[in-house]
Amino acid sequence: MKELVVISGKGGTGKTSIVGSFAALVERKVLADCDVDAADLHLLLEPRVKHREDFRSSKSAVIDPGRCVQCDKCREVCRYEAISENYVVDKIACEGCGVCVHFCPEEAIKLQENVSGQWFLSDTRFGPLVHAKLGIAEENSGKLVAVVRQNAKLLAEKEGLDLVLVDGAPGIGCPVISSIAGATAVLVVTEPTLSGLHDMKRVVDLAAHFHIPALVCVNKFDLNPELTGQVEDFCRGRKLKLMGRIPYDTVVTKAMVQGKTVVEYSSGLVAKEIEKLWRHISYELAGG
Amino acid sequence: MIIAVASGKGGTGKTTVATNLAMCLASKGQKVQLLDCDVEEPNCHLFLRLSFDTSETISLPVPEVDRNRCTGCGQCGDICQFSAIVCIKDAVLTFPELCHGCGGCSLVCPEGAISEVPREIGIIEKGCANGVHFVHGILKIGEAMSPPLIRQVKKEISLKGTSIIDAPPGTSCPVIEAVKGSDICILVTEPTPFGLNDLVLAIDMVRALGLPHGVVINRADVGDRKVVDYCHQEEIPIVMEIPDDRRIAEGYSRGQLILDSVPEYEEKFGALFENIVALTPSVEVKE
Ligand code: SF4
Ligand code: SF4
Repeated sequence: MKELVVISGKGGTGKTSIVGSFAALVERKVLADCDVDAADLHLLLEPRVKHREDFRSSKSAVIDPGRCVQCDKCREVCRYEAISENYVVDKIACEGCGVCVHFCPEEAIKLQENVSGQWFLSDTRFGPLVHAKLGIAEENSGKLVAVVRQNAKLLAEKEGLDLVLVDGAPGIGCPVISSIAGATAVLVVTEPTLSGLHDMKRVVDLAAHFHIPALVCVNKFDLNPELTGQVEDFCRGRKLKLMGRIPYDTVVTKAMVQGKTVVEYSSGLVAKEIEKLWRHISYELAGG
Repeated sequence: MIIAVASGKGGTGKTTVATNLAMCLASKGQKVQLLDCDVEEPNCHLFLRLSFDTSETISLPVPEVDRNRCTGCGQCGDICQFSAIVCIKDAVLTFPELCHGCGGCSLVCPEGAISEVPREIGIIEKGCANGVHFVHGILKIGEAMSPPLIRQVKKEISLKGTSIIDAPPGTSCPVIEAVKGSDICILVTEPTPFGLNDLVLAIDMVRALGLPHGVVINRADVGDRKVVDYCHQEEIPIVMEIPDDRRIAEGYSRGQLILDSVPEYEEKFGALFENIVALTPSVEVKE
């Protein structure tokens, strides 16, 4: 079984629209939305949730005011300034390290597990989707990503499917690391802007750091042909495989407004280029 | 006054709003500071002609165990909530990349066998560009935890004048670290289904934090009207709309500010600032 993770470094390069189109084009796969912080893939796929589970992972300290003698020990040991002068824990600042719990002489503090999100197993018109929703102001998105990927893989194994197609998160931090670790390959979707190039370099370095092969596609390439050239030169210099170029077209937004993927909505140039992009990628995934 | 610029969805124009607003205020002679807290993918510097004066390494304290003193009692592993230090039989192993730097293990060790050593997580650079005081953090590649670095960048906030924070995209811990404590949070979105979905999440976040807020709609004439309808329904002030403009997009791709590619925007960003001031009546702008 192969696992392809689509990432971008910079947000808004069109990653999710491309994953949506792949969902429509590719058979025998499980889809996974690992952008748990701002998940959008479901807007194109209209999932019917079949199974949902709470995600418990983060903990925070709670002080029992009845037992607290205001000795101030907890405030001394807390490095996150999470305990107020009247001994109430700020749930958002608390990292759940439990140091205050250990040092409270009155045993007035407990660590409480929070429900920090939910994950779902759904059916879509393009097959199964595993997705999630992180609670508001919650942490541990990396762990929730790991849960989503794990369940997508289990499902693919159970159903005998060949591919897990993952929509990753923007950035290079914990949810991204958690979405790419151990994957077959990543597809970096970038755009011909200075920011796109800058962010792509960092995400390519991240993939290299974890020894994951990186494939690259330039979206909206005709917005600035000169920068597209720079992106492609960078790829050649780093021996990264270029998988395709997609032109800019308002059809992408129009399809999104209709809740459709581009390849369903239109058979124009963008759709053709995405089809070609997938052919190149599947050749690479099959071992090139 | 501290203004945080954030967005649920990435790529909606957060950095554009933050950098143009900062430059616009500076050109009027105001004291302004710009802090790029999107430490995973910092971009503000690409749009400013900066000269950096200082660069500083930022570290987190992680445990180091003196094997000669350690008796293998296992208390360090018991207190650690993140499995960053574990005691197996008599040997203590540490996993620095999992460590949150809480200091619990060194406090609890009865033998005084644990000291804390710095582990680099990134750098902070400071500089100046046409009157804007600029600070950004750059997370080291492979580093998972950005909030401690964001916290350090925010330590540079000066309480005089206006400080503008460019936050990371999304709604989880790095974003919260970046926007909390600000006087107002400006959410940048675009009028598409993805933009709306992520705006709703971001609004939930600023409400949970109790922050005053306003919305900037970028590429305001693409997509549909649902973002505007949502803002009206929820009585969320729209503080600026930026239409889709090829000149802006092309300038952006080359690292150009809107103020440079379409100079009329000087006035519009001035109006944005006035709208922000009107939403934060209790905040006085100290010169
Ligand atoms: S400092 Fe805290 S998080 Fe780090 S190893 Fe020690 S107990 Fe664990
Ligand atoms: S608490 Fe100290 S003595 Fe006990 S196992 Fe840990 S390092 Fe060794």
